[in-house]
Amino acid sequence: MGAIYRREMSAFFISGIAYVFLAVFFLLSGIFFYNGVIASGTTETSAMFSSMFIIVLFLIPILTMKLMSEEKKNRTDQGLLTAPVGLWSIVLGKYFAALTLFIIAESVVFIYSIILGYLGNVVWSTLLGNYFAMLFLGAAFIAVGLFISSLTENQMASAVASMLALFVLYLFDSLASRVSNEHIQKAMTAVSFYSRYIEFTQGVFDLSSVVFFLSTAFIFNFLTVRVLDKRRWG
Amino acid sequence: MIEVKHLTKRYGDKQAVNDISFKVEKGEILGFLGPNGAGKSTTMNMLTGYISSTSGQILINGVDILEDPIKAKSYIGYLPEIPPLYMDMTVDSYLGFMFDLKKCKLPRKAHLKDVCDLCKISAVRGRVIRNLSKGYKQRVGLAQALINNPPVLILDEPTVGLDPNQIIEIRTLIKKLGKSHTVILSSHILPEIQAVCDKIIIINKGVVAADGTADEIARNITNEHKMTLRIEGSTHTASDKKEITDALKSIDGVKYVRADMEREKSIYDYDVEADEKTDVRRAINKLCADKGWNILMLQLSDLTLEDIFLKITMGDNVRKDGTVREEAPKPKPNISFDVKDGELVASLDDGSAKEESAHAEDEASDDNDENGGEE
Repeated sequence: MGAIYRREMSAFFISGIAYVFLAVFFLLSGIFFYNGVIASGTTETSAMFSSMFIIVLFLIPILTMKLMSEEKKNRTDQGLLTAPVGLWSIVLGKYFAALTLFIIAESVVFIYSIILGYLGNVVWSTLLGNYFAMLFLGAAFIAVGLFISSLTENQMASAVASMLALFVLYLFDSLASRVSNEHIQKAMTAVSFYSRYIEFTQGVFDLSSVVFFLSTAFIFNFLTVRVLDKRRWG
Repeated sequence: MIEVKHLTKRYGDKQAVNDISFKVEKGEILGFLGPNGAGKSTTMNMLTGYISSTSGQILINGVDILEDPIKAKSYIGYLPEIPPLYMDMTVDSYLGFMFDLKKCKLPRKAHLKDVCDLCKISAVRGRVIRNLSKGYKQRVGLAQALINNPPVLILDEPTVGLDPNQIIEIRTLIKKLGKSHTVILSSHILPEIQAVCDKIIIINKGVVAADGTADEIARNITNEHKMTLRIEGSTHTASDKKEITDALKSIDGVKYVRADMEREKSIYDYDVEADEKTDVRRAINKLCADKGWNILMLQLSDLTLEDIFLKITMGDNVRKDGTVREEAPKPKPNISFDVKDGELVASLDDGSAKEESAHAEDEASDDNDENGGEE
């Protein structure tokens, strides 16, 4: 797992994806920070975090798009799959590499908190709560993106499909309100990423949501492992 | 070291590999020979655990590849048809990655240096793989397979796309490696297999068409009671042909005679098949002496590996048990060989003059080969 993790980390920087990802993330989060926090004359960061849901949604597919698809396209998966490593090591090595980059990106909020510290009192409890909420959200989204990347050989297809999938997940809330059947509506709200995430930004630390995000991450990583396994039996 | 029992792979309705069994002992070099699409790569992918078999068993060093894949894979160094190279990495960082991936316990720096020296890539270690020539990429692929010093090496067409010098170098290297490793090598290049391998398996359409050493395979399908004669008749007209054919047929023990092409002006070749007990050569000689004909050539149908390969892969005369079916003699194809890009290319051809020159070329390339081997 370590070898794959290190290779993916260096590949992020060699290919330039890391720079694009970080630059766009910093730029957009900076805009939200200025508009939502500084310009409104508050030290309350929740508004910024709730707006960042949509950035995460569109940026994570850029991180995950080529993780699996390019291996298949260049036939380098043959090297990985015939090496004495398990499928979980391969998937998790890639998963944690993407997650690490995401953590680096979202940790920019600590720089914002230093700026806020000059202007007033930072509300650390909401800031940290939101920070971790976003971490869990990213953990789940990356697993979804990684899974979709394992289904195709084309990284553009992988990116577009992942964005679409995450966008549908985002829309689940508004779709749910249109559904008349009460049970389906309930089920849809229960798996709504957005409402669970927004709950955090409003200062509610719900353990069930943490479990929800982590188990989503686990399930999609599991599915990715199954895809790799199934390919052998094809 | 490697034991394969009744290996089968089906893709839907298509049988890619059908009931292949073989055994390779330590220190042996086994060659897989077969036309493109015969199932060579599929077999190798199953041996290395990249794909699974539909049925059958593969034991690497006594370990079943499906039961304990991680342990079995740790015994194998694999060079796939397309080397699994990350184009944006440098040679050094790529080999370092493979070193970590294989959880190699050998001293890192010294081992990587050894592998690079062996594959002659020390000069390019700092370069990005994308910018390397095809020959160097292939060697980096080979180096990757050698990391962790696995007892089994599986090389899928290791010399494809290399120039003749590089081919000789890689062959020499494989021979050298064969002394300390068990090697399975696939190729559709006949002289390569002949030059490098101890044992040969010819695969066609997913089944083993023949196996054994080159000599054994040749012996099994060589027919000493079949021969080709070139007889000059007395009249130098086409009527010779019929007369000679009939006369040959009347010899005791001759089962079948067929007049072949006109090889020299008004002189024909005759394919003669006798029953297995009788040596008809003397009788033929006597017949010709009596009739005043001249025997210009008498050739027993000794098959070279090329002939065998073509015979096996071009006809459907292959039985499931791996032997070649006796068939009614058909016109022996005039096979000519050309050396193109360092590969021997066989083609069917009518012109006899061209055939001879191609043979000369063939021999010349073999000579080069041996010289290269000694260097």
